[in-house]
This record gives sequence, C-alpha cells and structure tokens, in this order.
Amino acid sequence: MIEELPRFRRIADGLVRSILPVVLALVVAGLIIVAMGSNPLDFYAGVWKYGLTGSNWQDSLRLMAPLMIIALGLIVSFRGQLWNLGYNGTYLLGSVVASGFGPVLYPVLPGWIVTAILIVGSLLVGAIWAIVPAVLKARFGTNEIITSLVMSFIAIGVVNLLIKGPMHDTNPKVTAPQTATIPREDLLPFLAGTRVHVGIVIAIVLALVAQFVVSRTSFGVRLDVFGASPKAAQHVGISRSWMIILLFCVSGALIALAGSVDVLGNVTYQRANWNPAYGDAVMPFVFLARLSPLAAIPLVGFYSVFANGGINAARSVGLNSDFLLVVVGLILVFMTITEYVGNKRRLGQSYLPVGMKQSVMAIFGPRSSARPASGKVTT
Amino acid sequence: MSGLLSASVLAAFLTAILVQTMPLILAAIGETIGEQSGVLNLGIEGVMLVGAYSGYVAAVSSGSPWIGMLGGIAGGVVANLLLLVLNTWLGLNQIVIGLAITVMGEGLTSVLYLQNYSKHPLSVPGDSWAIAGLSDLPVVGPSIFRQSGIFWVLLLVMVAVAFLLARTNWGLSIRAAGQKPSSLDTAGGSVIKTRSSAVLLNGAFVGCGGAFLSILTTGTFTAFMTGGLGFVAIVITMLSRGKVSWIVITSLLYGIAVAIKNPLQLIGVSVPADVFQMLPFVVVMLTLILFARSSIVPPALGSPYTRGAR
Repeated sequence: MIEELPRFRRIADGLVRSILPVVLALVVAGLIIVAMGSNPLDFYAGVWKYGLTGSNWQDSLRLMAPLMIIALGLIVSFRGQLWNLGYNGTYLLGSVVASGFGPVLYPVLPGWIVTAILIVGSLLVGAIWAIVPAVLKARFGTNEIITSLVMSFIAIGVVNLLIKGPMHDTNPKVTAPQTATIPREDLLPFLAGTRVHVGIVIAIVLALVAQFVVSRTSFGVRLDVFGASPKAAQHVGISRSWMIILLFCVSGALIALAGSVDVLGNVTYQRANWNPAYGDAVMPFVFLARLSPLAAIPLVGFYSVFANGGINAARSVGLNSDFLLVVVGLILVFMTITEYVGNKRRLGQSYLPVGMKQSVMAIFGPRSSARPASGKVTT
Repeated sequence: MSGLLSASVLAAFLTAILVQTMPLILAAIGETIGEQSGVLNLGIEGVMLVGAYSGYVAAVSSGSPWIGMLGGIAGGVVANLLLLVLNTWLGLNQIVIGLAITVMGEGLTSVLYLQNYSKHPLSVPGDSWAIAGLSDLPVVGPSIFRQSGIFWVLLLVMVAVAFLLARTNWGLSIRAAGQKPSSLDTAGGSVIKTRSSAVLLNGAFVGCGGAFLSILTTGTFTAFMTGGLGFVAIVITMLSRGKVSWIVITSLLYGIAVAIKNPLQLIGVSVPADVFQMLPFVVVMLTLILFARSSIVPPALGSPYTRGAR
C-alpha cells in the first residue's frame, strides 16, 4: 500500500506528473521538427501566435467546448475502469442529430425549443448507442474495448449513410454529400462581445458538476469503489451490472452532447466522412488530469490552444497538421513512463520490473541464477 | 445479364478480392500471434501505416517490390519496439501504448509523406509471375495465376505460421503465455521472452500487411490509407480464436464484401460504399451478441505478467 504523503508533496507530485510528460513530448517533437529541417522555435512561436493572440483565443475556446465535454465523457467511464473507446462514432452520432434534424426543425418551431430537442435527442442517442457494449459487458463480461470500437465503426457508417441519404441538403444545387446549414440566428448565442458560443460555458459547468459528484457525493465514493474493484463494490451492495450500464450510458450521452454542441455552436453543417477524432486527441489529457474533471479544464484548455494554433503553425514550418497527432502520441508515451518511474520511486523499488531485471541479469550478471526479487509490484 | 458478368469482370473481381484480403490476413495473423501470447496490440493501425510507408519508400528507392516488403517488415518491427519495451518489459498499460502507437503512426507517416513524396509521387514498380500453363486459363488465369511472387511466398508463410502455432513447442508457449502465464513460468519457460518474440513477429506481420497494401494493392502510399483496416484485423482476430484457417475465411468474407461493389454496379445494383464498409462490423457485432457467452479472448490478454503477483 502506498503511504500518505504530506499535502504539498502530493500536489507537487501531481503537478510534476501532469506537466513533465507534456514538456518532454514538446522537446522530442522539437527534435523531430529539427530532423525534418525546420526550426522548432518557429513552430512553437506559431502555436502561441495562432492559438492566443488577436482574436485567435476565441477560436481556441470554440474548439475547447466539444473537447472538454468529450473529456468528461471519457472520465466517467474510465473512473469505473470501463474502456469506452467508441468516442469517435458516438461524437458523430450526436453531431448528426443536430445537423440532420436542425435544418428541418428550426423553420417550423421556436428556436430554443428546437435547440432543447436537439440537445436532449443527442444525449438519448449517445446513451442508447452505449447500451449494447454496456449490456454485453454487464451480462457476459464481453471485452468492452472491442464492442465499443466496433459500435463506433457502425456509427460512422450509419452517419455517412444518413448524410448521403435522408439528411442530405434538400437544396438541389448542393451536390456534395452534406447536410443543410443551420442559419446563424438559430445557433447557440455568443458570449457578449466575442465569437465564443455558450458551449464553453456548458462544458465548464458540466465539469464543475462532475467534480462535485465525484468528490463530494456518495455516488462519487461508490464510483471509486467500483473502479478500484467491482468485486469489492458488489460486497458493499453496489450492483455491478447497473453501474456498468449507467456509466456507459452517461459517458455515451456526454460524448454525443459534445457533437451536437459543436454543430450548434461552431460547425453549423456536417459533411459525410467528416471525423475530427477529438476523442483520440483528448485522451492523454484525461489521464494527465488523473481522471479529475477539475484538473482536466486547464489541460484540455492547453490542448485547445495548442491544436488551434498548431494547425497553422505546422503549415508555416512546412509540416502538415497531422504533426499534432505525433505530439499527442508522444505525450501518451511519456505519460506512462513518468507514471511508471514515479510509482517505482515512491515504492522505493528498482525501475526495472522483475522479469526484465532477470533477463538483464542473465545476460550481464555474474551468475546465471538471477535472484528473484522479493518486492511485489503494486499498481 | 450474363454478358455483363464476362470473364474479364470476373477476373477483375477475383483480383480485387485477393489484393484487398491479403493485407488483412497478414495483419490479423500478426495480431493473432500477439493476442495468443496475451499482448493486445491496439496500435496495429499505426504499425500498418508505418509498414505501408516504409515499404513504399523501400520499394520506390530500390525499384524492387521484394525489397519493399522487407522494408515494410522492418518498419513494423521498429514500430513495435515501443510496445515491446513499454508494455512487455515494463508492464505499462497496453491500451494507452496502443493508442499512442496508432496516433503516432498516423501522424508521422502523413507528415513524412507530405514532406518527401507528395510533390512528386512515385509509383511502385509492378511484379507479376505468370505461372506457366495455368496463367492462360480463363478467369482464374489473369487473376490468381498472374499475382506477384510475393503473394505465393506469403501463402507459404501463412501455412508455416499455422503449423508453428498449432504444432510446435513455441506455439504452445505462446498460448500458455496468453492463457495462464504463471503456468508457463512454472514449467520453466520465460513469459517475457515468449511475449517478446510474439510482439516482434506481430510487428513483422502487421508491417508486412501494410507494405502489401501500399506496394501491391494500391501501388502507392497515401496518408491514412489503412482507414480502419487495423481495427478490422483486431476484430477478425477475436472471431478467429487463434486459427489461421478461420482468419483466411473471415478475411475473405470481408474482401468479398469490399470488392463486390464494382460487379454489383455493373449489373445495375447501386449500394453505397458505406454499407460495405460497415457490413463486417455489423456481422461482428451480431456474432458477439449471439455468442457472447463463450469467451473469445485469452484470459490473460491485456494484463502484464509479474512473477509472484496475484
């Protein structure tokens, strides 16, 4: 068992573990830029310039709204040790609810009612789509990674078919496979004096609510018990099946909500085969925030600035915007390494795991009979 | 109707099935070796792209598709080194590492291709072996018996893998490492060594599949060209339960579903491509729902092995 550290040490430890991987990833990404023959300082200056200066910070905030809501959806399922990897398809389902039904409903009903219908609709669709992997996991223990991924691919296909078929723009001039555009006056309102829609407020409020729920309510405690050990949870009277279904549905509903908020505030229409894959990008920051909704706010905010500025910055140094994916991958790698080294350091153990130490000893050690390490790795 | 389904259409259909299926079979075999040993490589999509890119580079710079395939294998193995060190040796989270490999593979290959080849895209030199006597047969001649020699070599490799997995001590160790690693340890085998060999072979096969995709299926590289094929391979692996013959059958079904679009259009049936891309996943989901009760994956899949830990 890990002994309790003093409060300030704990906070410092948490900060190091959250920030160090990002710094290391940025350094390695800089080295890759050098290897490609460009100047990394130009790239990072570009990220600052295109991400924050002028009115660019507003675009960063517009990007942050869906990212933050997806992050919350991931946190909900990951806290229960459920790997809901169906986020890309779920996001598109939510967005197609808004972009498909929005142009039809707005002309016939008052705007705010339609917005409410679309948002509730996307929540429901996201929750319903998540039921299949949830029930399979709860009832038969089927691996939810596979089922949620497969459901995601089915969702992407369904969304493309909808956009090419019944939800295609009715204007005969539009031949490209896309939905009609929702008119400006029906979109989510902007915050005073900016071009930032209220989606970001929704996201922050949801994050605060989630933080309250996980840290100050009995449900939060039950969630943590369940995440730590479903068996233990069963013993203290928490229904395992019910918990799996609930967490999956809430997670799916939130991710779908991100899609509809993004369409209603920012994208305004949807093309077939459009898949921003926000979930992949947000994943490392969810872990870096140690699954805390509150800590996710600054981290996702950082990534929003980085992604928004990085697209133009990458172009300005002759790379394409997919370079951001490399940075995300590097953050994930350094995050697991930092976590590993941190845990080992705290437990006062060798950095090498038992098996590897033995194989190293077998090759380099004085005798072939490597002494088995007595320490047991607790993770 | 029968005139439209002429010999040349059928030959093109057969060729399309073969070249669509082969990368998938290779990737699924690689994933099977990994999964049987208890390592779930979720980064297979990225490894495939790395293999496709390195294979493309090797093929266009050497002028030989054979060297291209070797380049793809090397690329896949190098990409999997990350999984080998971080997951198999250090025991870090497979899901996180897998996602990292996927996004890094996607990003790196896209950036590198844009930098080096997008302005002057080169195409891979073709390679076809006309098998004497058989290549003049109608329909099957121009489709099956004029494939690249690589195709035939890979068929032999598949048979070899099926044999190795099912009939040798090495195959037994692999399965033990996935079923109950502690029993392998007790019997004097090394879980880490077994899984290491499985991860490297996984990289070799998946990279080979990617290289086949770029060199022989399309003849060029494009960013994100796998388009989810890696995840299809993971799913096929789950359905095949470690049997190479099942992999070939399920992959062929997928290949037929993808390739049937053109003949269908010729006889006037127009079905959107999305239906065919979605179909395998729907089938998989139905299978999972119907046969959910029986376990599909090795019990130790996804959990790093620590000696003595309970």
